[in-house]
Amino acid sequence: MNGLPATRNLAEARIRCARQLLRMYKRANAGHIGTSLSCLEILVELCFGRMQRDDHLILSKGHAAAALYTVLSLSGRLPECDLNTFYQDNTLLAAHPPCGSGLRAIPFGTGSLGHGLGLAAGLAFSQRFTGRDFHVYAVLSDGDCNEGSTWEAALFAAHHRLDRLTVIIDANGLQGFGRTDEVQGLEPLVEKWRAFGFSVAEASNGNDFHSLTEAHAAVADGPKPRCIVARTTKGHGVSYMENRLEWHYLPMSDAQYEQAIVENSAAQESSNEPCA
Amino acid sequence: MRVEFANWVEQFGRREPRLIFLTGDLGFGALEQVRAALGPRFVNVGVSEQNMISVAAALAHEGLRPLCYSIAPFTVFRPLEQIRLDVALHRHPVKIVGNGGGYGYGIMGASHHAIEDLAVLSCMPGMACIVPLCGSDVTAACEAAFTYPGPAYIRLGFGIWPDSIGGLPPFEPQRRLVTASAPPKLTIVGLGPVLLPTLLPASMAETVDVFAIGQLPFQNVTPELIESINASGRLLVIEEHVARGGLGEHLAAALSRQNLRFELHHRCAQGYPHSRYGSQRWHLEQSQLDAEALRADIATLKQ
Repeated sequence: MNGLPATRNLAEARIRCARQLLRMYKRANAGHIGTSLSCLEILVELCFGRMQRDDHLILSKGHAAAALYTVLSLSGRLPECDLNTFYQDNTLLAAHPPCGSGLRAIPFGTGSLGHGLGLAAGLAFSQRFTGRDFHVYAVLSDGDCNEGSTWEAALFAAHHRLDRLTVIIDANGLQGFGRTDEVQGLEPLVEKWRAFGFSVAEASNGNDFHSLTEAHAAVADGPKPRCIVARTTKGHGVSYMENRLEWHYLPMSDAQYEQAIVENSAAQESSNEPCA
Repeated sequence: MRVEFANWVEQFGRREPRLIFLTGDLGFGALEQVRAALGPRFVNVGVSEQNMISVAAALAHEGLRPLCYSIAPFTVFRPLEQIRLDVALHRHPVKIVGNGGGYGYGIMGASHHAIEDLAVLSCMPGMACIVPLCGSDVTAACEAAFTYPGPAYIRLGFGIWPDSIGGLPPFEPQRRLVTASAPPKLTIVGLGPVLLPTLLPASMAETVDVFAIGQLPFQNVTPELIESINASGRLLVIEEHVARGGLGEHLAAALSRQNLRFELHHRCAQGYPHSRYGSQRWHLEQSQLDAEALRADIATLKQ
């Protein structure tokens, strides 16, 4: 894995993050749990492994902010913030990443879809003038791919051959009010991004670290911007949330929270089993 | 004003290596010299204004000094959310230049007009809206925008206006243009080149004070403007912008904090009341902002 932590370590980090974000959502009595669990492995793989100190991460799907805050915090990238303030008055950690916070790890606020890729492309483009050296990762949702501004940015990134930019699509197949293929069909998504001039790989299971790592490796070289279409499951890891639209919105009852914690702990035991 | 603007950008770019000029695929016949002078720092992002603003925000985040250019409506309305979220709320010093503010593009129609731009931008956090009066103001207006530490919008006039009027005092956010030779009976305050016709007849200067506002928003007005209104008791506000959110409302708010009694008369863009379109001059006539109507107004009000 070229210096990246072992998959088992990532799995353990994922379980700690899941436990933390479930706790945060329960305390806040808030929704967006399914979307945070959908992209959790993508963020863990980046923040606990792939990203170097000067790299940037833009969460375009800002409604997964709890996952972002948790992963940044537990990986030591967000020392300024107390996760206990999530959703509270006078917090930096709002339901969507804050604008103008001054936080190094969250350079831009997001929440309205379609902003993240343009910002990420701009950061990557800036290196042409500043001589700085970093990689930019942008995590997008299905809904982001509905937005015209995303495709404006994709054209820009390809035209300028921004090879220090990686877009990761958290393609869980669900969006705000229906299944993606019913709302606004995006397929063939891999071919679309390839046609827009990206080097593209598909992670057939975007909630699996092996699959993600292989996809990153497949697009690692070359002069083009990179795109990974990660096929994920909304609400991954919590049986009653998986692939359920309502878990874009619902908070957990006490019983649901207990079940989610139990299922997450079971996943931990599974990850501690000896590798085959 | 585009000629003066292009000249300024070219010169500024030579002394400021962090300037990155972004255009939304506009500038034919005006910006070729800028493109040649800036080389790779001249970036045509194509017809993608939303992306232009997001990219500019990221460039500013990295310490560069981006300038976004297009015609005024295209730089403001399409990417308004990007301006709000990516630029203004982060206080990123992105400078946005809109050419042809007001009805400048005339018969091109409403898509090419910007008569609500100052309303929507002047309420953005930290945003300075800078409006030069004529070509001779442009250099100082651009310098002011780049000196200002936050985001700024420069509204360039375009169309029927003369490029320059000799003898104007230097550009300031608020300045006196004409001083009545006798106690003033009318105070005129205007924004942008639509104010220019009020300066032309020398006979007007006897009892009329004229002030130009070059920057919105503002909290206070200058003591000399207050003094003039206090003396004349009659204020005429002129702007090529709709009433809501424009100079008139900004001025009324600022003056309400003063203990003044005065009549307020407001000449402003009336939009498209009959869904008919024409030249800039025609739209100004429909709004009673043309030179003849303004002079008639002034002649009546200064009695």
